[in-house]
Amino acid sequence: MGWSRLRGSLRQVIVFTVFVILLMAGYTAYKAFGQALDDAQTDWAVVGSFLPRTDDLTMPSVFEIISGIFAEPRGLNETFGSIVLGEAVFTLREAAVGFAAGVVVGLAIAIVLSSSRLLERALVPYVIASQTIPLIAIAPIVVIWGRRNLEFLPWEWQDWMSVSLIATYLTFFPVAINGLRGLQSPAPQSLELMDSYAAGRRQTLWRLRLPSSLPYLFSAFKIAATASVVGAIVGEISAGVTGGLGRRILLEAQRYTTGPERLYVAVLCAAALGIFVFLTISLVEHSVLRRKGAEATL
Amino acid sequence: MNTQADPVPAEPAAADSEPDQVPAVEVRGVSKTFNPSGSNEVLALQDINLTVTAGDFVTLIGPSGCGKSTLLRLIAGLVDGSTGTLLVNGKSADQARLDRDYSMVFQKAGLFDWRNVSRNIELPLELMGWKAAERRQRSAEMLELVKLGEFAQHHPSQLSGGMAQRVAIARAMSFSPALLLMDEPFGALDEMTREHMQNELLRIWSDTQTTVIFVTHSISEAVFLSTKVAVMSPRPGRIAAVIDNELGTRGDSARDSPQFFANVSTLRKVLRSGEPQ
Repeated sequence: MGWSRLRGSLRQVIVFTVFVILLMAGYTAYKAFGQALDDAQTDWAVVGSFLPRTDDLTMPSVFEIISGIFAEPRGLNETFGSIVLGEAVFTLREAAVGFAAGVVVGLAIAIVLSSSRLLERALVPYVIASQTIPLIAIAPIVVIWGRRNLEFLPWEWQDWMSVSLIATYLTFFPVAINGLRGLQSPAPQSLELMDSYAAGRRQTLWRLRLPSSLPYLFSAFKIAATASVVGAIVGEISAGVTGGLGRRILLEAQRYTTGPERLYVAVLCAAALGIFVFLTISLVEHSVLRRKGAEATL
Repeated sequence: MNTQADPVPAEPAAADSEPDQVPAVEVRGVSKTFNPSGSNEVLALQDINLTVTAGDFVTLIGPSGCGKSTLLRLIAGLVDGSTGTLLVNGKSADQARLDRDYSMVFQKAGLFDWRNVSRNIELPLELMGWKAAERRQRSAEMLELVKLGEFAQHHPSQLSGGMAQRVAIARAMSFSPALLLMDEPFGALDEMTREHMQNELLRIWSDTQTTVIFVTHSISEAVFLSTKVAVMSPRPGRIAAVIDNELGTRGDSARDSPQFFANVSTLRKVLRSGEPQ
C-alpha cells in the first residue's frame, strides 16, 4: 500500500469519525430541543406535540447508550457490549454461511438462465416472485423441514443452519439477477472473437463471460452481504434460534421499558455488522478489480 | 491495372498458380438474405463470386450497406444461412472456423481489459490448449513482430488506439493462421497512425506469407494495401468488379508514386459507376 493510499484511508477514517460525532451531537441537540419545548409553558409547546417524543424512554441519551455498552448485567461478569458482540459473531457466522451458499446458488441460476433466452424468459419471473414471499412465513417451514429432512447429511443439522438457509434465500436473488446481466454484458464483437477461435461454451464462460461480469457481481455481493445479515437476524427471530443478535433484539424489545438503551445498543450493533460486511466486500472488490484492471462500480 | 466490369466468373485457380493448389477462399454464386420470408426481409448479398489465392491481399471496398462485412462474416463462418458454394481452404466455412484456419481482426481492438497485453495475445493459444511456456514464448515473438516488445506487462487501458490494434493483430497472428480476415481494422484510427499501421501490416503480410481479406471504405487504403480489390455495390450487395492492383514497388514509398495516384483514380471511377442511379 502506497503512502498516498494510506493517507487516503486515514482521511476516510477521520471523515467517518467526524460524521459519527456530528450524528451524536445532532441526536443530543434534537433531544434537548424537544425537552425544552415540553418544559416551556408557552403556545410553542403545541409544536412539540407534533414531533417525535424525546423523553428518556423513547430517546435514551447518548451517554446512557454508551453506559449501556459497559454496564454489567446483574449476575454476569461480562459487559453488555461484549455479550452483544459475541452474539453478533454468532449471527455473522450464520450470515457468512448463508451468503456463501447464496453466491453459489445465485451464480448457478445466472449461468443456467444466460444459456438460453427461452429459459431466461420462462424462469426470471419465478426468481423475482421468490422474493415476494414473506420471510417470516418461510422461516418456520425451513426450520422444521431442515430438522426432519436433512438427516442424510454427514453432519448433524443445527437450527442455525436453517437460519443460514433463510439468509441464502435473500442473498441468491441479487447475485442471480446481476450475474445474469453481467454474463450477458460482453460486446457482440467479443463474442464473435471467441466464436472465430472456435471457443466452446465453457471456454467462453470462463474466459469472457465470467470476467466481464465481475463488476456486476461485486455490486450484487455488496447488496447480498448486507441482505444476509438482515436475513440472519430475521431468521433467528422467526425460527426461534437463540445465541445471536436476532434473539437479543427480540428480548430487548420485550423488556424495553426497563432498559431502552440496551435495544439501542443491539440495533446499533446490527447496523455496524451490516456496514462491516459491506466494507469487507468493498475491500475484496477493490483488490480483485484493481488487479483485473476494470473499473470498480458501487 | 486491369478492370473487369462484370463479376469474375468462377475460376478454380489463377492461371499462374499450381494447378492443384486449393484457393484460400472460393465463393461461387453466394447469396444471403436476412430475415427470410419476414416483413423486413433484406437481400444482403446477391450472387457473389470471388476467388482468393493463397498469398493474396484482397480488399473488399464499397459504401456502407454493400454487405462487405457480411461477406467477411460468411467467409468466417460466423453468419450462416447463405446459398451457393463457399469454400475456405477447400472446406466449408464453418469447418474452417472449427479447424482454426483463419483469424479475425475487428474495427475495435477488443482486448480483454482483465488481461495484460501478453495474456491477451495468449488467448487463442489458451483456447487451443498450448502449454504455458510455449504460449509465453510465442506471445513474446508476436510482440516483437508488432514492435511492442516492452509492453508485454502493460494493461490495455494504458495503450493508444494504434497500439491496441497492433496487439489485436499480434493476437490474431499468434497461432500463425494461413488466412487473416480484417473488418475495417484501422477505421477508428487517426490518419497518421493509420498510415503507420498500414505500413506495418504490409510488412507483416510479406514476412508471414499470410493471405489477407481486408474490408475498408477507404480508396487510398485499398490501393496501398491490396494485390486485388473487390468493388462492391449496395442494394442488393454484389461485387461490381474485381481489380488487379499493381503498384510496382510496395511499402511507404509507393504512396507518392504516379502508379498509386493512377490506381486511386481508377478505383474511384469504378466505385462511382457501381453506385445505384
